[in-house]
Amino acid sequence: MNYNKKRNLLGYLYISPWIIGFLIFTLYPFSMTFIYSFCNYSITKSPVFTGLNNYIYMFTKDMYFWPSLINTLKYVLMTVPLKLAFALFVAMILNIDIKGVNIFRTVYYLPSIFGGSVALSVIWKFLFMDNGIMNKFLSYFHIHGPSWLGNPHISLFTISLLSVWEFGSSMVIFLAALKQVPNELYEASMLDGASKIKRFFSITLPMISPVLLFNLVMQTINAFQEFTGPYVITGGGPMNSTYVYSMLIYDNAFRYFRMGYSSALSWILFLLILVVTVIIFRSSNTWVYYENGGK
Amino acid sequence: MEAKINYKSELFRKILIYAFLIAFGIFMIYPLLWVFASSFKTNDEIFKSLSLIPKHIVANSYIEGWKGTGQYSFGTFIFNSITLVIPVVVFTAISSTIVAYGFARFEFPLKNILFTLMISTMMLPGTAVLIPRYILFNWLGWVNTYKPFIVPALFGTTPFFIFMMVQFLRGLPKELEESATIDGCNSFQILIKILMPLCKPAIISMCIFQFIWTWNDFFNPLIYINSVEKYTVSLGLNMTIDGTSVVNWNQIMAMTIISMIPSIIIFFSAQKYFVEGIATTGLKN
Repeated sequence: MNYNKKRNLLGYLYISPWIIGFLIFTLYPFSMTFIYSFCNYSITKSPVFTGLNNYIYMFTKDMYFWPSLINTLKYVLMTVPLKLAFALFVAMILNIDIKGVNIFRTVYYLPSIFGGSVALSVIWKFLFMDNGIMNKFLSYFHIHGPSWLGNPHISLFTISLLSVWEFGSSMVIFLAALKQVPNELYEASMLDGASKIKRFFSITLPMISPVLLFNLVMQTINAFQEFTGPYVITGGGPMNSTYVYSMLIYDNAFRYFRMGYSSALSWILFLLILVVTVIIFRSSNTWVYYENGGK
Repeated sequence: MEAKINYKSELFRKILIYAFLIAFGIFMIYPLLWVFASSFKTNDEIFKSLSLIPKHIVANSYIEGWKGTGQYSFGTFIFNSITLVIPVVVFTAISSTIVAYGFARFEFPLKNILFTLMISTMMLPGTAVLIPRYILFNWLGWVNTYKPFIVPALFGTTPFFIFMMVQFLRGLPKELEESATIDGCNSFQILIKILMPLCKPAIISMCIFQFIWTWNDFFNPLIYINSVEKYTVSLGLNMTIDGTSVVNWNQIMAMTIISMIPSIIIFFSAQKYFVEGIATTGLKN
């Protein structure tokens, strides 16, 4: 065996843990989600093929399917833009050369290190309970605060704010990207007399657009699968106003043990995320700018 | 004259920025500070004021809260979380480094395709593999053990970390390895003796992220762990808020704080690696 062939084999040897893991823990389950979705399968008995029954039931009979799907879509639309806008705005302020930036960065990042934890959900509950600290705060201004978690019209919004609070890691990613923007570009445009707003749209935004795309895709994928916040804070209530799609999957799979049906639900969520991701990537051709022309 | 005006407006601008940064900073961490303060307040006082200074300091919230509900104390949950998280972190670090080494330093057929495949699984939503994984682990008899967390960690199942390590390894010069090869080191010795020490910052940030993510994780313990004696901290905390009918707010707050302490310690002791880690790879949450 010559040297190169030997090295080839070694390469495979080093990546073999990943190949095995990929086959067993990713590819196999991924394919089986699709197959189980056509079965009636209650974990104790073996799966029975039932054709499209799960999908027909989902779209026509399951009274929780559409409401939970709509809740999830609303949640994504409220969380992602708000979180990214916050992250970018704060990152731009922190990018200014002032003393103590590190302290502020730490403070803003702090909630993110507990990202998705039960602890943060518990804190959110204390903040927004009817007699919680938010309403206490408002009462100092003689404002009678709403029932943040009890009013079905705003409960989902209240929960989506929890995710906005965790904007820290998107902020740090934006900050790193902003530091890469060459100063000469700004100097040149200042000589041209461009306004601040113009500079933001013609320099800053194009230069950081690859990072914006990355943040947008990752945050969207995560938001579609949000579970802990609604589960811990409101349990899906009031009147199912915070009953998101992952809770529907969870209930079907792990409370009623309808594995086939919950696979079908998972498959639909996967397709939805895929379509949205593809749309984002397709549209990125028009708004993402790559300095070295592609790649 | 003009310079003076400029100086003034510059000063004004700075004051404005600081005012904003400080006000916003308070807004960001006030909830955390308030919960910390409230864990030392009496239950009557908690929702009556926004003050960060308790009128009467009580510490028995920690003692009572620690006892948990029923026969298992919070100490059990913390111990459980540690026995789950530590192997996951160690195995993730080892497997991801080895796999990344393979991708970064060897040329083999289909490498680019496999690498692209690995990258694309970063975007695969967990929900797409959730049910069959559970069925598989159930069939293996792993439900209600920590194996569904620990075993996958041995196989580089977090592609984020592999990607991060590959990026880092690519940035290292190859000269050292070449001279070590001439000296008769084999490729595994090169990884252990030469590359691992150089990769320390990347490995540390990988460990930090994996620790915090696994520690905070709620969904996976919720589906895989069903006996209270094996509950992790997040499950224990969730049980505390579910189970308390006579509401002992300060105990819940005390245990909330306890559950956050490991993440806080790690964050402040390794902040440098934290920020670097996010900035070089750009990670989730």
